[in-house]
Amino acid sequence: MDALGNLLLGFSVALTPINLFWCLTGVILGTTVGVLPGLGPAATIAMLLPLTLKMDHTTAIIALAGIFYGARYGGSTTSILLNIPGESSSVVTCLDGYQLARQGRAGAALGISAISSFIAGTIGVFGLMLVAPPLARFALRFAPPEYFALMVLGLAMVVFLAGESMVKALLAMLVGLWISTIGTDLFTAESRFTFGQMKLLGGVDFIAATVGIFALGEVLVNLESRGGAEIFKLAKGFKNLLPTFRDLKDCRFAFLNGSIVGFLVGALPGAGATVASFLSYGLEKAFSRHPQKFGTGVIEGVAAPEAANNADAGGALVPLLTLGIPGGNTTAILLGGLILWGYKPGPLLIQEHPELFWGLVASMYIGNVLLLVLNLPLVPLFAQILRLPYYVLYPLIVGISIVGVYSVNNSLFDVWVMGLFGLLGYLMRKLNFPAAALILGMVLGDALERALRQSLMMSQGELSILIARPISGTLLFLAALILCLPVLRKVRYWRVAAIEREA
Amino acid sequence: MNLNKGNLISALCLGAFGIYVISVAAKLAYVSEVGPGPGFFPLWLGIGLVAFAALLIFVSGSADANREESQSSSRRTAGRALAGWLALMVAIALLGRIGFLLSFVVLTIFLVVVLDRRPALLAVGVGIGLAVAFQLIFVVGLDVSLPKGIWGF
Repeated sequence: MDALGNLLLGFSVALTPINLFWCLTGVILGTTVGVLPGLGPAATIAMLLPLTLKMDHTTAIIALAGIFYGARYGGSTTSILLNIPGESSSVVTCLDGYQLARQGRAGAALGISAISSFIAGTIGVFGLMLVAPPLARFALRFAPPEYFALMVLGLAMVVFLAGESMVKALLAMLVGLWISTIGTDLFTAESRFTFGQMKLLGGVDFIAATVGIFALGEVLVNLESRGGAEIFKLAKGFKNLLPTFRDLKDCRFAFLNGSIVGFLVGALPGAGATVASFLSYGLEKAFSRHPQKFGTGVIEGVAAPEAANNADAGGALVPLLTLGIPGGNTTAILLGGLILWGYKPGPLLIQEHPELFWGLVASMYIGNVLLLVLNLPLVPLFAQILRLPYYVLYPLIVGISIVGVYSVNNSLFDVWVMGLFGLLGYLMRKLNFPAAALILGMVLGDALERALRQSLMMSQGELSILIARPISGTLLFLAALILCLPVLRKVRYWRVAAIEREA
Repeated sequence: MNLNKGNLISALCLGAFGIYVISVAAKLAYVSEVGPGPGFFPLWLGIGLVAFAALLIFVSGSADANREESQSSSRRTAGRALAGWLALMVAIALLGRIGFLLSFVVLTIFLVVVLDRRPALLAVGVGIGLAVAFQLIFVVGLDVSLPKGIWGF
């Protein structure tokens, strides 16, 4: 009853006209920056932070949080339509979303993305409301060995990203891990693999690499066939551009899986929405009745990662509001805002400023409804982009890629990097190396190395620290089980073949 | 592309790359004063790359190699893709000199006229139309800065 009373207080705050207006403005702005690659919510919030100094603080946090979770909605649009990840957490959505678009089901993929974002976003807010303090305390039990084990579990998902060859997937993942080592070593400040380039001291820009591999790689593959047949089909009629009841039924577990994984991973500082989206995709494939179809355009392959990266937004606010620990760039800027406005984010924030916490929670419910209402009618409109002839579509993709990558740091060097990764993406497609495995390595490499080295520092070089602690031991056991899956499948296949031969 | 040959070449390249990673990592400290050094992680990555590249060579050796006939057409189509990539790299090189708008129009004309064999007028129209759309949406609407050339646009 206490939570209900507090929620009512929150709604009384969030439903004022001024807060509703800023919630709407925030989610629209968030969706816009999410759609455009490169323009992230962190940069947008940082730019707008000075403008909020004269605003009511609750209104300000409602507007900024709207940008934060609105961007997660928008991130899927270019992933599905153009194979350009709008946000790093939308990389996994490219795998099946773009394939669905190629099969004429772009509308269904966009619709499922909006619906799963709504469901997961709401579940994430529900989690934030009910389990924030105990979950934050549990998250604090994650020390470097637990983070290392979590990253290994994330890397084990390579099993589900491997196409025809597990060896190729592992090689791609190792190259991704190597790319993550480029730049300055955080422990000793020594430069590694920078090839004498000062601009590589900060590492390879993730957006430049992913846009190159996915978007440019795809364009280059399609350039092979001159004036080829119509690549993209599109269903006719408004109704046919939206997901069917069958799609919703197929995705029911993906919604739940993505929501839970996204919220839990989001609550861990430093883990991030990208990790959550990879984990939920891997889980969805592992428990699917048709795992072999993943990557060829399966609707659950869109629902699970999209749910995860939206539930993560609710989860990421747990350590921020209850412990004052930001989980990533965007929440770090939100933390800066809270401190700038005179708050002390921590265990007492909810008791001392209930109108701020519950007003934010209620506004996120409202924001999620607004996002669904705004996004679903836009699905058929966005899908029309695929009606463009390919001699317009491919220059459009190249142009958006250049603008998106350049706009992150105003760096021409990043555009060069994107071009080089475009060639790598093309070669990987031609040689059947899974690009997603390389991206997985890139995403997790930095955190994996940091956690491993910190763990070994803690134990003075004893590797047993990684398996002796209950949480890390359990996570590593799960990772080992997942890595053994292909071997078990192969053994089962041989057994069945042997029995059939004997019969 | 011949899958078997492709596997072999990519395995050899990745193996050589793994050796390079090991050689660079070996020059970095494996252990530092505070614990594992900057060479620790890359060294094991390099070893992993060499090991899995060797495994790929072994696996590709056991695969069938009956794909000779599609090789010449594959080379032709790969040539078109590589021409497109080279044009993109030239356009990127021109970004700092003639700006985004002009280099994008030039790239679009190349893609549409040379690679897609469409009329030049159509290519110019598509290039200019898209460039104007980018300028309006990103520069005017969203205040995003795009690379400018010597003429200031």
